Amino acid sequence: MSTLPLQPFLILALILFCMGLFGALTKRNTIIVLVCIELMLNAVNLNLVAFSKYGAQPDITGQVFSLFSITIAAAEVAVGMAILIAWYRNKNSVNIDEVDELKD
Amino acid sequence: MIEFVWLIPTLPLLTFILLTILRDKVNQTGSYMAICLTGMAFILSVLVFIQLIDAGTAVQEWEWITIGSIQISFGTLLNPLNGLMLILVAFISLLIHIYSLGYMERDQRMTTFFAYLSLFTAAMLGLVISPNLLQFYVFWELVGLGSFLLIGFYYYKNSAKNAAQKAFIMTRVGDMGLLIGLILLFWQTGSLQFEAIFSAITGGDVEGSMLTLIAILIFIGAIGKSGQFPLHTWLPDAMEGPTPVSALIHAATMVAAGVYLVAVMYPLYMASTTALMVVTVVGGFTAIYAASIGLVQNDIKQVLAYSTISQLGFMMLAMGTLGYTAGVFHLFTHAFFKALLFLAAGVVIHAIHTQNIKQMGGLHQRLKLTSITFAIGALAISGFPLFSGFFSKEEILSAVWADGQYGLWLVALVAAFLTSLYMFRLYFLVFHGESKQRLDQIGLVPKTMKIPMSILAVFSIFSGFFNTSWFGSYLGDWLIGDNQMLTNTHHGSSIGVMLIASIISIGGIILAYMIYVKKSFDQTSLQSSFSGTYKLLANKFFMDEFYHTSFVKGAKGVGKIFVYVERYGVGFLLAFIREMLTTLSKSGSKTQTGQTQTYAAVAFLGMVLFTAIYILKGGY
Repeated sequence: MSTLPLQPFLILALILFCMGLFGALTKRNTIIVLVCIELMLNAVNLNLVAFSKYGAQPDITGQVFSLFSITIAAAEVAVGMAILIAWYRNKNSVNIDEVDELKD
Repeated sequence: MIEFVWLIPTLPLLTFILLTILRDKVNQTGSYMAICLTGMAFILSVLVFIQLIDAGTAVQEWEWITIGSIQISFGTLLNPLNGLMLILVAFISLLIHIYSLGYMERDQRMTTFFAYLSLFTAAMLGLVISPNLLQFYVFWELVGLGSFLLIGFYYYKNSAKNAAQKAFIMTRVGDMGLLIGLILLFWQTGSLQFEAIFSAITGGDVEGSMLTLIAILIFIGAIGKSGQFPLHTWLPDAMEGPTPVSALIHAATMVAAGVYLVAVMYPLYMASTTALMVVTVVGGFTAIYAASIGLVQNDIKQVLAYSTISQLGFMMLAMGTLGYTAGVFHLFTHAFFKALLFLAAGVVIHAIHTQNIKQMGGLHQRLKLTSITFAIGALAISGFPLFSGFFSKEEILSAVWADGQYGLWLVALVAAFLTSLYMFRLYFLVFHGESKQRLDQIGLVPKTMKIPMSILAVFSIFSGFFNTSWFGSYLGDWLIGDNQMLTNTHHGSSIGVMLIASIISIGGIILAYMIYVKKSFDQTSLQSSFSGTYKLLANKFFMDEFYHTSFVKGAKGVGKIFVYVERYGVGFLLAFIREMLTTLSKSGSKTQTGQTQTYAAVAFLGMVLFTAIYILKGGY
């Protein structure tokens, strides 16, 4: 097994995840942050699919699981966007560093 | 009958409970009920006494508390002393109950008064039949409670309120001594039963110095209750209570308890000469000290109060000089004439609504019976020949002489002289001379007040004959009996002492007559020539002021110090702890920025850290 087909997938997923994490931790715009979280989720999904195909015990479960994950991510984004819009209507801003009302 | 002796204190207690529950429903009937039940208690005590003459002693005990191997019982103990006290207390209480019916006639809270009076009587009756020190102590404190309630009966008067508190606190100082003595005694002898204690003491089980300490501690209890120097200041203030209460406190109950305590614990005192010396000196000093104050007081009840303190001093003096019989005998006769004097004073106060003897005078015309009975009481207390006080006082003087305390004997003689002087000063000022009030306004004295006074007058004259060297010393023989522990006590009297006592007594009366009736000496010039002494006496040797500046102010000072300790010491410590915690939590709350991204970064770093540790330790 000189060229394990799993490795490139994992590296791609790692790069995607790190990009997502960096974006989620640094960007001010909440929409970008949400997008970055999606990126991290997709990296995870990629991992799941890769392991289900080339893993030690290939199994269809991983692919099914990633489908669930995508669905839930969609729902989560919907909720997140809804909150964001509500907040934008109140504060006229989408900057995440201004969302600190709970600190006191 | 003797097995029903426990009923005697129970009956007045029952009265107290019933009257307290039915306070609003019974008015006049309540007082009749109280008199009936006290009367029953008296009849019962007479019956018990008659049986006791044959039986000598009678004990009844029930188990009360068992702690390990220690058993504490409650019950009744009857011996000659207890029997005598029982009948005396029941008798005087009954008479005072009857008298109160007239005296308290117009008082709104008559039922409450009778309830308290019954409680007081019950406590004292329970006290004198206690077979062990613990039960004794319980009733001892109940007596204190009863006196507190009665002295403060006119609670809407500030002075009465203060007097009640003073009485309670001052006697509590003494009670502390009694309690410590009681605990020490229990520690040394392992029992609180009188008999077990006495056999341990006579058997020499207790070390000499410890014995002295215990005896003196217990005597401190007696000092507090009997108003001996230096804990006497509550007694004159206790005059704030209604007059029947003063009579009860001074004759048979409260103050008698102290002398009774010494009499009960007499084997303990016999075993320690030092303790006896303390009793003697305190008694002798109190006798002359209070008598000298009594000489210049202008309040009729205050004079009587100081005379009580002085007479109690005589009793203690007798006790201290092995005159056991003399002390108890004087307690017995004193109960009659002091109750009589107070009841007569009560009539006077009832009639003219003042207690200042300077505003009285010439009352003999309107209050004939009162005047005569008061004179009888005064003659008895002065020790006029053939009156009851004569025999008892003369026996005390003999006891002091026989014990070889010649200095104190002289002191006692002077005190006796002062006694007759101030009593007749009081008598002449109140009942003779010109009247300063409109006497025609004085109403009739009710029968309920006259009858007890007449009975007491008869006893004041004749109760001395129970124990004379002429007809036989029934009382003394009976009190000592075959009691091994009391055989060393002095008992008896001599003609010489009798003669001197008579001369002293009559001399005092004549001097009072010269000063206050004949006016051979000018009172004001006497006052001015001894102005320093007069001032000292009129202000009661400044004892109240001394206590005020030393103890009251001292206690307040200590209180102030602790206020500062509380305010600055404890307060500072608390503020420090509070500030520390607030600062700590504020610095903690600064990390809570509300920035979601910071939180996520921290969480991520934490995860990285944990993973790194996990990998480095080779955990997977």
